Amino acid sequence: MYAQMVKSEATNEDPEKLAAFQARIDAGEKIEPKEWMPEGYRKTLIRQIGQHAHSEIVGQLPEGNWITRAPTLERMAILLAKVQDEAGHGLYLYCAAETLGVSRDELTEALLSGKMKYSSIFNYPTLNWADIGAVGWLVDGAAIMNQVPLQRTSFGPYSRAMIRICKEESFHQRQGYDIMMKMAQGTPEQKAMAQDALNRFWYPSLMMFGPSDKDSVHSAQSMAWKIKINTNDELRQKFVDQTVPQAEYLGLTIPDPELRWNEEKGGYDFSEPDWSEFFEVIKGNGPCNAERMEARQKAWDDGAWFREGLMAHARKRAAAKVAAE
Amino acid sequence: MSSEWPLWEIFIRGQHGLNHRHVGSLHAPDAEMAVKHARDVYTRRNEGVSIWVVPSAAITASSPSEKGPLFEPSNSKVYRPPTFFDIPEEVGKM
Ligand SMILES: [Fe+2]
Ligand SMILES: [Fe+2]
Repeated sequence: MYAQMVKSEATNEDPEKLAAFQARIDAGEKIEPKEWMPEGYRKTLIRQIGQHAHSEIVGQLPEGNWITRAPTLERMAILLAKVQDEAGHGLYLYCAAETLGVSRDELTEALLSGKMKYSSIFNYPTLNWADIGAVGWLVDGAAIMNQVPLQRTSFGPYSRAMIRICKEESFHQRQGYDIMMKMAQGTPEQKAMAQDALNRFWYPSLMMFGPSDKDSVHSAQSMAWKIKINTNDELRQKFVDQTVPQAEYLGLTIPDPELRWNEEKGGYDFSEPDWSEFFEVIKGNGPCNAERMEARQKAWDDGAWFREGLMAHARKRAAAKVAAE
Repeated sequence: MSSEWPLWEIFIRGQHGLNHRHVGSLHAPDAEMAVKHARDVYTRRNEGVSIWVVPSAAITASSPSEKGPLFEPSNSKVYRPPTFFDIPEEVGKM
C-alpha cells in the first residue's frame, strides 16, 4: 500500500499502562498526541504515516509528467487539480506525523537519505496518456481500498487526515476511469494503448498491498493497535473483485490467464505478482527509483534559498513591527 | 539557523453563520502566507468563507492528566439538562 511492510517497534513498558492503553483502543477510543502511548506505537506510527506522506508527494511525479501534454485543456485542468490534491494529502499526513514529535525537515531528510520509503508503485514510469488513466483507475483505486478502513484508525490526527483524504479520492479514481473509457471506446490504436497500460500497471498495483502478511508479527501488533485494519491479502482480494468487472465493462482483459471466479469463496482466484520484482523495487532498483529521488532532492535543494528568504523576510517584518510599537 | 517555517493552526468558517472550526495545521513563514497556504490546502472544494490562522505555539491546552478534575464535576450536575424536571402536560409548552 502507500505504507508497505511497516515494521512495528517492540515496546517494553509498564504492563499495567500497556493494558490500560490497549483497553482504550479496544473500546474504540481515539488516542490524541499529548496522551500517554507506548514508544512502539509512536515510532511505528511515525514510520507508517511518514511513508504514506512521502508516497503522496513522490506520487505527484509520474502524473505531473503528463500535465503539460494532456490531450485537452479540460483534461489538463482536471489532472492539475488531481495532482494538487495529492500535495494536500502529503501535507495533511506530514502534519499528523509531526504531532508525534518528529519535525517536517527530519521527515524530508529521512526520505532523501533513503532511510524512509515511499510506495513501490511510484517507481514505474508513465509512458503515455493511457497510463494516466490506468494510474487513476488502478493506483488510486488500490489506495482507496486501504484508506477507507484507516479512517477508523486509533490515532486521532491520522484518522482525521484519512477522512479528509477519502473525501477527495473518488474524484481521482473516477477521472482515471473516465480516461480509460474514452480510450477504450476510441480507435483500435487507442484501445490498444489502454490495454497496454492495464497490462503494465496490473501487477505493480497488486504489489501495492505488500506481500502476504497473515503470519507476520508486525502486522499482528499493528492490527491490535488499530493502525492496520485489514491484512494485505484481504485488501488485495477486495481490489481484484472490484476491478475485474470494471475492466470487463471497458472491454479490456486483465493480464492473468489464471483469473477466474471462485463460486465457493465468492471472489476471484488470481495470480500473485512477481515478489522478487517487488523486493528489487523497494531496494531501489525499480525502473524510476533514481529519477524520483533525484527530482525530490533537486526540489529540496533548489527551494532552500526560497524557504530561507521568506523566513528572513518574516523575521525582518516582525522586528520592524516591534520597533514601530 | 534552522529555516523550518513555524507551524500554524487553521480554523475555517464553513458557511455564513457558523463558528470557525479547527481543520488542521500547516507550515508558513508568517501569518499572511499561512492564510494563503490555508486557502490552497484546506479550501480547494469551497469548504470555507473565512480563515483564521493562529501560531501553534500560542495555543495553551488543558493537559490530558487533568481530564478528571476538569470535566468530572459536571457529571453530577444532572439538573442542568431541562429533561431533569417533570412538568405536567396541562402546563403547556415550556
Ligand atoms: Fe492521495
Ligand atoms: Fe489520489
